[in-house]
Amino acid sequence: MKLYNCSLESLGEQLAKGEISAVELTRSLLERISAVDDVIGSYLTVDAEGALVQAEAADLRRRQGDNVTRLTGIPIALKDLISTVGLPTTCASKMLASYRPEYDATVVSRLRQAGAVITGKLNMDEFAMGSSTENSAFQKTCNPWDLERVPGGSSGGSTAAVAAATAIATLGSDTGGSIRQPASFCGVVGMKPTYGRVSRYGLIAFASSLDQIGPVTLTVADSALLLGVIAGYDERDSTSVDTPVVDYYKNLKKEINGLKVGLPLEYLGAGLDPEVETAVRLACSQLSAAGALIDESVSLPHTDYAVASYYLLATAEASSNLARYDGVKYGFRAEGAEGLLEMYKKTRAQGFGDEVKRRIMLGTYALSSGYYDAYYRKAQQVRTLITRDFDKVFADCDVIVAPVCPTPAFAFGEKIDDPLAMYLSDILTIPVNLAGLPAISVPCGFTKSGLPIGLQIIARPFAEETLLNVAWQYEQLGGWCGRRPELEKKVG
Amino acid sequence: MTVMDYEIVIGLEVHCQLLTKTKIFCGCSTDFGNPPNQNTCPVCTGMPGALPVLNRKVVDFAIRAGLATNCSITSSNIFARKNYFYPDLPKGYQISQFELPICLGGYLDIEVEDETKRIGITRIHMEEDAGKLVHPEYEHGVSFVDYNRACVPLIEIVSEPDMRSSAEAVAYLKALRDIMVYLEVCDGNMEEGSFRCDANISLRHWGAPEFGIRAELKNMNSFRNVQRAIDYEVERQQDILDGGGTVVQETRLWNVERGISMSMRGKEEAHDYRYFPDPDLLPVVIDDSWVDEVRQSLPELPAAKRRRFVSDYGIPEADTEVLTADRDLADYFEAAVEIFPQPKAIANWIMAELLKFLNEDRIGVANCPVTPRGLAELLMLIDDGTISGKIGKQVFSQMFSAGDNDPKQIVADKGLAQMSDAGELVAMIDEILAANADKVKEYQAGKTKMFGFFVGQVMKKSKGQANPQMVNELIKERIG
Ligand SMILES: [Zn+2]
Repeated sequence: MKLYNCSLESLGEQLAKGEISAVELTRSLLERISAVDDVIGSYLTVDAEGALVQAEAADLRRRQGDNVTRLTGIPIALKDLISTVGLPTTCASKMLASYRPEYDATVVSRLRQAGAVITGKLNMDEFAMGSSTENSAFQKTCNPWDLERVPGGSSGGSTAAVAAATAIATLGSDTGGSIRQPASFCGVVGMKPTYGRVSRYGLIAFASSLDQIGPVTLTVADSALLLGVIAGYDERDSTSVDTPVVDYYKNLKKEINGLKVGLPLEYLGAGLDPEVETAVRLACSQLSAAGALIDESVSLPHTDYAVASYYLLATAEASSNLARYDGVKYGFRAEGAEGLLEMYKKTRAQGFGDEVKRRIMLGTYALSSGYYDAYYRKAQQVRTLITRDFDKVFADCDVIVAPVCPTPAFAFGEKIDDPLAMYLSDILTIPVNLAGLPAISVPCGFTKSGLPIGLQIIARPFAEETLLNVAWQYEQLGGWCGRRPELEKKVG
Repeated sequence: MTVMDYEIVIGLEVHCQLLTKTKIFCGCSTDFGNPPNQNTCPVCTGMPGALPVLNRKVVDFAIRAGLATNCSITSSNIFARKNYFYPDLPKGYQISQFELPICLGGYLDIEVEDETKRIGITRIHMEEDAGKLVHPEYEHGVSFVDYNRACVPLIEIVSEPDMRSSAEAVAYLKALRDIMVYLEVCDGNMEEGSFRCDANISLRHWGAPEFGIRAELKNMNSFRNVQRAIDYEVERQQDILDGGGTVVQETRLWNVERGISMSMRGKEEAHDYRYFPDPDLLPVVIDDSWVDEVRQSLPELPAAKRRRFVSDYGIPEADTEVLTADRDLADYFEAAVEIFPQPKAIANWIMAELLKFLNEDRIGVANCPVTPRGLAELLMLIDDGTISGKIGKQVFSQMFSAGDNDPKQIVADKGLAQMSDAGELVAMIDEILAANADKVKEYQAGKTKMFGFFVGQVMKKSKGQANPQMVNELIKERIG
């Protein structure tokens, strides 16, 4: 098998046994990127030279037995809102097209410490605002399973790269489903950790109280390996939580006999594609056959209010988070402005795309004097109710399973002019962010037309161990993970 | 000011820059005077992805300020974002407090014209300072931003509209500054802007139930300017009201050079700051033990110290003002009293001599070359008659300029000890009386003023070292 097609887990073993070198692996991947990424469009930046230097260092480290980890020599690519020192970090925005951070995000430092090789930066919806990656200011990313369709978003570059084998594993970020939804569209494993599990330091913020970095991988085991490296308390992020990081990989294979699984009725409601529902119900019966107890009567009654409150809270935070892009200190500054106010207006009018501007305006409105109580405060109250819904279910259930998205990947242009329809594609992922819970998208089948479908598993706060355990067991039962699109035919 | 038809209503908002070593949300130094943008990092320059982490010392300082101004301390503190655009504000928002500030409902007692008045304190909250714009003279139309000051901790102390004259406002401001300096929370420097004040001023007819429309005054960088600016504003509003007009709600900037204020922005241009809780910071929970810990570390405040100086040392009230104006000076005084328990003498020497020397050389009490022990020992030499008060001043001058704290040695080395030997003095006096027999006669004939002449002659002959009291007594014995 070509090296770029292997899982992180298997490559780690091959590296450990000395069967391959990090340089070989990195070369293989760089060749793959050159071969297919013109068509897929995942990468905004490929740091070929830097990657090879890092790979050589990783090989040296391994030869010297110097602090070798399971990730030493493994190439990893990052969504382009994770700060990398000296390497462009653009948020797929004209605003930051020229921006190169002067510091590494904490997750990047952790990856470097583990010996991972940073290969490049991946496309996304501008400032992570979108569900199709169509909002990138730079390029389109195609779904490797159907080039006419979107990869999902906003971490579309991260999931398409793993699906197209142009990355072994990637990091994305999930604010309202931005890892899980594109993972389900691309047929890969995408995980959103508990809010506070992974440091946000250096993650360029969309909505601070919701954003969380997570791994995108080919398998659940890979997800566990990558999470193990990036998770943990960081004193530079006040919202990161100081609870111990367990060895997620070691605990993957526990039996799930007697595990209580809730299937919330609100998540199987109107608008759900029948093929998606069939796949999810089949997954449930497979879990049941393995000894899990499925409870179809559980309810999350405030689900209907999640999207509305999310779009108030997330946009309110975004309107403030994005105020720093004013043309004063870094990034884009419009030409020919007369005076300060005009510089602000022109810079922000020209530097941001339509969706970003739409959300800044929405959020600004929600926070305005006289509207705060009706919008922002009310949305916070709804958030509390949604969190309580989950608390009640988790009093009895160990995990919740649900679809990730009501539909499989949609076609380019299908929803781009209808923001509301686009927002609704996150209806099943948003409540998890509002409640700060960990959740994962695992492939659970394909539509007749060959599009991947994802199963969402949700666990209690900081129960990533259980989450990955159930996901791994399902992965074995379902047998959908690790499948590859027949890209060669499409690429020619 | 003329007798007015109106009651003046003043409320003050005071910003104190805190004396923490590092900034409020990052580890950068708060040192003043470094080259532009040297004290910066990704956090305080608002780099994408950087996150604030609270410096808990700032909370300690804010609690200190709150306890000293009789506030209650909020147990759950929320930081909020105050959103507005300006180049000196790197993130496009200032991290401040809005709904739940750290201190609420305090007061300060001030003295105006021998009367005590209580001024309410609405709230104290913590926030970060902004950077500074630099407009170079050599290049028109270009501005630079220095972020050294960005993220330096501030507390804002908001008073109730309880002041009724510019004198009260200044008295409140002075009292507040004394306290903050005593607490070592702030250096209190108004010129450099580490202690800044905005004033809200309105007028209303006596007895009117509602406040009038207020104007906010900014940019007053000394007590004197606060007074001038308020007086100017009162007159301005009075003229408007007398002319049948209405005051416009606006923010006005005081122009020191011209002695007038000018409108900066009106109500309709006022910002909507869109405050909301900062999602990057967790609520700060302050429990009773934290408050108690800070309370125990509080120093004695100026007002309490003044009362104690009056009751324990019998110092006149006016003098206690001087002695307690500076915490170091008060400590100096008490250290000297400890060694030589004659507080009045020490107070007099500090006020008459020590402060004069310090002021001339522009040095602080903390760096005074004469130690409290040195001063105490000098005063003991005067007290036991070894030297006269006049010689004492000479010795003090010597001690101050040389940093020599052994007055006994100075007196011995320079032979400055008083002549207190009766025999020696008698011989000298007899000689002088004999040489001035005519004057003795005049004296004895009733020209009592002549007595001073004899004393002067003895002092002259002894080069000032004769014990004046003994000289007096001995001459009297001789010539009746
Ligand atoms: Zn800093």
